[in-house]
Amino acid sequence: MSRAYHHELNGSSLERGSLQLDVEGVSLRFRGVQALRGVGVQVRQGDVHAIIGPNGAGKTSLINCVSGLYRPQNGAIRLHDGGVHELTRARPSKIARWGVARSFQNIELFRHMTVLDNLLLGRHVHMRHNVASALAYFGPARRQEIAERELVEEVIDFLELQAERKRQVGTLSYGLQKRVELGRALCMQPAVLLLDEPMAGMNAEEKEDMARYVLDVNELVGVTVVLIEHDMGVVMDISHRLTVLDFGLVIAEGTPAEVAANPAVIEAYLGEAA
Amino acid sequence: MTGAADATFPQLLAGLARRHPGRVALREKRYGIWQPLTWAEHERRVRRFALGLAALGFHRGEVLAILGDNRPEWVIAELAAQALGGASVGLYPDGVVDEVHHVVDHARVRFIVAEDQEQVDKLIALREAGRLATVEHIVFYDPHGLEHYELDVLLEFTAVEELGDRLEQERPGWLDEQIALGSSGDTAVLCTTSGTTGKPKLAMLSHANLLSMASSLMALDPIDPKDEFVSFLPLAWIGEQMIALACALQTGFALSFPESAATMRSDLREIGPRVMFSPPRIWESLLSSVQVRLSDSGRLKRAVFALGYAIGERAADRRLRGKRTGVFLGLGYLLADWAALRPVRNQLGLVRLRRAYTGGAPLGPDVFRFFHAVGVNLKQIYGQTEICGIAVMHRDGDIRFNTVGLAIPGTELRIVDRGEIVLRSPAVFSGFYRNEEATAESLRDGWLYTGDAGHLDEDGHLVVIDRARDVMEAEDGSLFSPAFIENKLKFSQYVQEAVVFGGGAHPYVTAMISIDMETVGTWAEREHISYTTYTDLAQKPEVYELIGHATARANEDLPEGARIRRFVLLHKQLDADDDELTRTRKVRRRTINERYGRIVEALYADTDVVTVTSLVSYQDGTQAQREISLRIQSPDGVAPERPRRRPQLAGAGGRG
Repeated sequence: MSRAYHHELNGSSLERGSLQLDVEGVSLRFRGVQALRGVGVQVRQGDVHAIIGPNGAGKTSLINCVSGLYRPQNGAIRLHDGGVHELTRARPSKIARWGVARSFQNIELFRHMTVLDNLLLGRHVHMRHNVASALAYFGPARRQEIAERELVEEVIDFLELQAERKRQVGTLSYGLQKRVELGRALCMQPAVLLLDEPMAGMNAEEKEDMARYVLDVNELVGVTVVLIEHDMGVVMDISHRLTVLDFGLVIAEGTPAEVAANPAVIEAYLGEAA
Repeated sequence: MTGAADATFPQLLAGLARRHPGRVALREKRYGIWQPLTWAEHERRVRRFALGLAALGFHRGEVLAILGDNRPEWVIAELAAQALGGASVGLYPDGVVDEVHHVVDHARVRFIVAEDQEQVDKLIALREAGRLATVEHIVFYDPHGLEHYELDVLLEFTAVEELGDRLEQERPGWLDEQIALGSSGDTAVLCTTSGTTGKPKLAMLSHANLLSMASSLMALDPIDPKDEFVSFLPLAWIGEQMIALACALQTGFALSFPESAATMRSDLREIGPRVMFSPPRIWESLLSSVQVRLSDSGRLKRAVFALGYAIGERAADRRLRGKRTGVFLGLGYLLADWAALRPVRNQLGLVRLRRAYTGGAPLGPDVFRFFHAVGVNLKQIYGQTEICGIAVMHRDGDIRFNTVGLAIPGTELRIVDRGEIVLRSPAVFSGFYRNEEATAESLRDGWLYTGDAGHLDEDGHLVVIDRARDVMEAEDGSLFSPAFIENKLKFSQYVQEAVVFGGGAHPYVTAMISIDMETVGTWAEREHISYTTYTDLAQKPEVYELIGHATARANEDLPEGARIRRFVLLHKQLDADDDELTRTRKVRRRTINERYGRIVEALYADTDVVTVTSLVSYQDGTQAQREISLRIQSPDGVAPERPRRRPQLAGAGGRG
């Protein structure tokens, strides 16, 4: 009878504070362009870890390496959840199954599907039944579908998407679509959540909402969040640790206060923003 | 249902659980599905929670405060307190901390049931400021976000129920004795009066008060056990207590609680309630949603609706006077209903509605006319919290928009000095909680002095003018009611709130208007007027012109002395959080007179601009003082919005 959620959305089994994602000496080159040069980032379980830097610094490239869209030429990326997984050689689908979920800078949702269906799709990596029984909606497939829907409904409740449940994603406002994308990633019960500019293009109010949800995901659900964001105010407010990239190099790393005081950062990024 | 008036709510609940254990009592939409709770399960939860409260030391005569949106737990908590011989007091979930503090402190509340983190945070803030000295237990039922709170006073609802299970094993049968001990004269609820006149007072209403009111209401308009009711208005409001508890427990119909405020409209449609009681603002907002959608629809649809509406209006006119519609009109009405009116009702979720009530404040005649024309049997209820919310009501087939109808059975009505309405019935409360002075003022020899001015028309229908204190005298000596003029103004879909000044030292009538951001915003977009903020939009000359039309139209129906000569558009919306409105959205005249004194002065001065300083809060929490110039305009010489009352056309078609 309690209104507490039944499903644990945090997919990680690690202790808070232990090393979750270890990026070590990663270099990525596109022909003549050196996108990342020996980048190292250590993300601890339970943190909001922001990656910041000017345009073209290599932030998205780094995230793409982690989620398996790019293959770095050098270095290693290891996920420590449920044994050590080497991500640099794995297929993206495999990485997703290990618990790395992400959102994209340009919303990548199925525009003509409802919010509910998009979220259910986030459960795809966990679905076990075969095509035949799924088509017939019979036996274990049916039971699983009901269980998945239950989890998805908890995510809908958590992100307050009740009114949009049955609406087509394409008809929603930008801010809401971003929230749906966050929801879909959350439905995967991720160990690490990679958010690529979740607040880009939003007005102040939408940003505040989104920051609230990201914080809730981190604090209430306990999911580790790796966040790329341009809005320095937001980043300083919500992240535990920051890594600053400039021209593919890590130029600083530390708590928001430490980073804000770092002269190299001020020159590369904060200086021009202020 | 004999003997209901001698019972208490928990006794009635036990009866229902015995007679109809498997029938649905409460239904809540959760996780996208309507989840039912039968009468037997409902009673079981009430018992468990009551025992849990008892285990924590809740005793007879004590008051339990409940703070939250409408959920099954709200009703369960109230009934549990009553099962132990206590009373409940509902707090408005959007109330600010001061309001919560006032009620909790005044009623010496030891137990509070709060919904979720938001409400708990409010209480914790008060507690840390040392302002909740009496509170010993805060019980919450939505634990999300509260997992890491470590406070002794905090308890989850289910934990209290488990305490109850243990007590039941120790003392089986004890609770039944407690329920049997309850008498109908016990105070069941403390209801906050809306308090347009200052701090809310707590009216003590007994089980007998509430049940007698419910039986009088249902003697006129029977409610069937199979009827449906959607509970979405604050349960702290007497109107919601009236239907959702007093009527439901006597009849046994099901209550449905919507999923969230945002899904309320679609949830309403899914349930299709058969009976509804809402304050005017709900009807006004339903009307304006129809107006907005019509103005966005195509030419053909508008034409079909205009035709259907005209027929519906004519049929309604006859129906309201208790006459039959002729064969010709009857056939026309069938067609109009099928093609134009039923679809509108369907969109609003009112298709299955048999009767609808409005109460709490007067509803403009034009809004009334609209709902009757589209086939909604909307009736005015008049009554105060102190008389359980209802004393006078429209009868089916005898509805006049300018009256509130006839006294319901068991209610006596008299008009005394200075036109004040006084009432007497078994539903009249026993007094204000710990406030003898106020009790003595409104309760004399069993008569409730309402403070409202009114008169009876030739057929004995009650006409309510306004609060007696608010009635104004125009220059020519005629009496008029500001609320009446305000409602005239508010009929325009572009006007959200209006406050009218006049009488006394003021030589003529003026109005302060706040525009409806949504409708005016849509209109501005269509007219290609760009704007940034509410303040900016409100000061556009085009918007002044638009509201000028609306004001001129309101003036048409008013006697010469009561016409609005000058008006100003306010730079902000009137807000209950700023104390300008009550939680039930009635204007607090005194606050407004104090706060906007400069504007009122300017309305009567020889100036067309008034500068006000306004405190602006930015998103990042900083605040700044800003100077804003407001223009004052006169509606004289402006063409009225529409020559005739045709709400379906307002906003339709182009504007010349």
